[in-house]
Amino acid sequence: MSIQTHKGVIGTIVVNAEGIPIRTTLDNSTTVQYAGLLHQLTMKARSTVRDIDPQNDLTFLRIRSKKHEIMVAPDKEYLLIVIQNPSE
Amino acid sequence: NKKKNKKELERIDKSHPDHIFPLVLTSATQELFGCRADEDVTGDDPYRLLKKEDIIQDMKTRAAISDFSPIKQDYPEDEILLVFDRDFTYGQSFYLVLTVDAKESMLRSPAEVDGEEEEEGESEDLSEIMVQKTPEPQAWVSLGSEREIEDESLMDTRPKLCYKVSRLRRETGAPLHFSDYSTECVECSPYQDSSFSTRRMERASGVQAVPVTSSSSSQTVWKHKRNMWTQYQPRVLDEEEKENILLSKNLKNFLNSVTLRVEVAIQQNIIMNMFVDDWRDLAEEVPVLGGKANTQLKKYQSFTDLNHSKNKTISYINWHPAVSGVIAVAVRERLSYEERIDSSTKLLLNPALILFWSFSDPINPQLMLECPDDVFCFEFCPSDPNIIAGGCMNGQVVLWDISAHMERLQGARLFEDEVTDTPVVRYCAVSGIENGHKAPVTDIQWLPDTFEVSLELISSSVPVKTVCVMFWDLRAPRVVSQSQIDRKQKTEEKILDNPHGVPNTFKHLNLTWKPLIRVQTHIHTHTHTHKQTQTFLDGEIVYTDWKLEKDNESGRLFSPKPTHCFRVHDGLVNTVLRSPFFKDIILSVGLWNFAIWKEGVTNGPILQSPYSQKNCTLGFWSLTRPAVFFIGKEDGNLEIWDLLEKTHEPSQTHTITTAPITCIKPWVISVKQQLLAVSEHLGTLHILEVPRRLLHPSSKELNVSMYFEKEVERLIYFEKRQEMRAKEKREMDAEEQRRKMVGDSFTLDGYTYTVV
Repeated sequence: MSIQTHKGVIGTIVVNAEGIPIRTTLDNSTTVQYAGLLHQLTMKARSTVRDIDPQNDLTFLRIRSKKHEIMVAPDKEYLLIVIQNPSE
Repeated sequence: NKKKNKKELERIDKSHPDHIFPLVLTSATQELFGCRADEDVTGDDPYRLLKKEDIIQDMKTRAAISDFSPIKQDYPEDEILLVFDRDFTYGQSFYLVLTVDAKESMLRSPAEVDGEEEEEGESEDLSEIMVQKTPEPQAWVSLGSEREIEDESLMDTRPKLCYKVSRLRRETGAPLHFSDYSTECVECSPYQDSSFSTRRMERASGVQAVPVTSSSSSQTVWKHKRNMWTQYQPRVLDEEEKENILLSKNLKNFLNSVTLRVEVAIQQNIIMNMFVDDWRDLAEEVPVLGGKANTQLKKYQSFTDLNHSKNKTISYINWHPAVSGVIAVAVRERLSYEERIDSSTKLLLNPALILFWSFSDPINPQLMLECPDDVFCFEFCPSDPNIIAGGCMNGQVVLWDISAHMERLQGARLFEDEVTDTPVVRYCAVSGIENGHKAPVTDIQWLPDTFEVSLELISSSVPVKTVCVMFWDLRAPRVVSQSQIDRKQKTEEKILDNPHGVPNTFKHLNLTWKPLIRVQTHIHTHTHTHKQTQTFLDGEIVYTDWKLEKDNESGRLFSPKPTHCFRVHDGLVNTVLRSPFFKDIILSVGLWNFAIWKEGVTNGPILQSPYSQKNCTLGFWSLTRPAVFFIGKEDGNLEIWDLLEKTHEPSQTHTITTAPITCIKPWVISVKQQLLAVSEHLGTLHILEVPRRLLHPSSKELNVSMYFEKEVERLIYFEKRQEMRAKEKREMDAEEQRRKMVGDSFTLDGYTYTVV
């Protein structure tokens, strides 16, 4: 996964449609936590977007926190989660 | 009949829609068509489909008396709907439905409930197309309800009459006359008026339908309390499934499509650090703009002891590392060498002292340490602040132990009422004169535990033209060097008794103290931790490494020769000091100028100050700001140099006294307060408060290292240029030579040859 080699990227997780992590670069407990929480949030975000306009769909979700940024790229069946710390 | 029918038609037409045609069917017609009232057709089953053929037949046969004669319209279908109108909604007992659509809708509406689901499936598309429209407002059709409202409401039939009654103006304020009026008095006695006791039988009141609410609560009984817990585990896929998914094409496509977006986002973050708070960064500059109070050194306190430091000069200052607010000064005589010899007897009677001052008592020193001779320099032991080591004028190294007086120093404030004499502490160990230095000890440094021997001192002295650096070992003698000790003990004669109750801490060293290593070199004044940088009497700076090396031939240990030697200062170098922030930046102060060096850079000093008019006596780095250092001058001025501001002149100059400054030492009390102790040649110790601007480094101040790097590069560049220049010069000279030769020509055999 070439994304992992970018500057500041802490971890990458690939999650399937049910929220089960498939491939990860972090440790197991962190992965499971991130996968579960972000899967739910992505579903919520996607349903929000589609409620407002049914023709629309979620393409990218970015959560910026004090310490780092979590980026979620959703798809029909999978979810790619990238955690980056840009201030390094 | 026709007329009557017409009238009926007209009457009927008014109150029914066009597609309904009310009819009266005689019993004969009813029997004929099988729609007898209440027999064939009932309220529940009012619909009958009649064949058009039959109706036309009937009309033909019975002509005028046919009940269907009034119908003049043509009907497209074969069957016409006859509805039994039980309630006479349209005025007659039957009515005909004249249009196909109406018939359809009528037939369908009662069956709606049953056939709804079936129809739904078919008409789903229709419902999708049908967009719900908000009903459009239509004009209000009066149906007679407003009359009731008008009857009930109250309205004025005529405008209200208004009367104003007032007394005659001339009677206002006039005196009142009361008189009896008994004759025409009308009695008003109470009587029962029956009109008030009538019972209302009927009353009109408004009613509103409101749901009845009541709140109530119930509680379940929780009889058996039980601890319950659930344990869960995240769902995980097997390895096989994971492998399958990973290899699937779907995943590949997904990753391909998603990667671009994610990379864009990552790069955006890398390009601009979005966690930068610009507002907060801006605020850092603000304190610098403070007024004069922020930038000047403020006078805090000054100490002078009339008894002990009159006519004397302070040679060294040191803050007590453990107790805040206590400072120790070494006081020595201000006499030149000849004068010393002259008044040597007098000096013997007045022992030299180190005074301890505390901020709470500016007049009396807290503690006095007695020294065998004037102390040039002294240091607190970093691991145990009760131990103080000092170097004397006669070359001896002295040790004091002040643990007994620690409470006095610490609790100095409590004893303000008691006027006790200042205790005098005698030294507890002193080096033997034969083994010590031959000249005044100019500097003492405690070594950290990086060497094999612990608790060492380095002392260094500057006899004329030679320099001696000695390592002293403070531990109890080991078994290995037993033989040495034995020998020493034999020659030991003068063992000082312990008068004055001096602690026995270092008794084993008393007078037997022999330095571990002695290095004799032609240089010195100041030393510091192991990588030594030494300074020349004449201004050269030498860099050596203190690691002992074994000489392969003789097996003896000796220290290596100095590695580098520079001549930068023209006079006596009095300070060599490392920066507390950068381990490899060294400040050296000479007589006329100062220089900053970087370890490892052998080309020269990174920064060399311009020559000043007055002699510099001392230099010291600031403890809190990496780019600031203080230079003390011969005329009593204290210069504050800020490398980030200006490098060609000091950023500030303060006049402290008129006498030359002998020592500067800063001390950080808290984050907000920093004190600078400055001692002068006349024997007064000034304590100044460092302004706020010099307390806090700005965030970019560590960039001063970048400045040093730049300077290093500059030096390297200069050297390279010099080399290049030299090379060019050589080339040019060679060129000249050749050209000269080229111009030569000689003749041979009648031919003229020219050298090319």
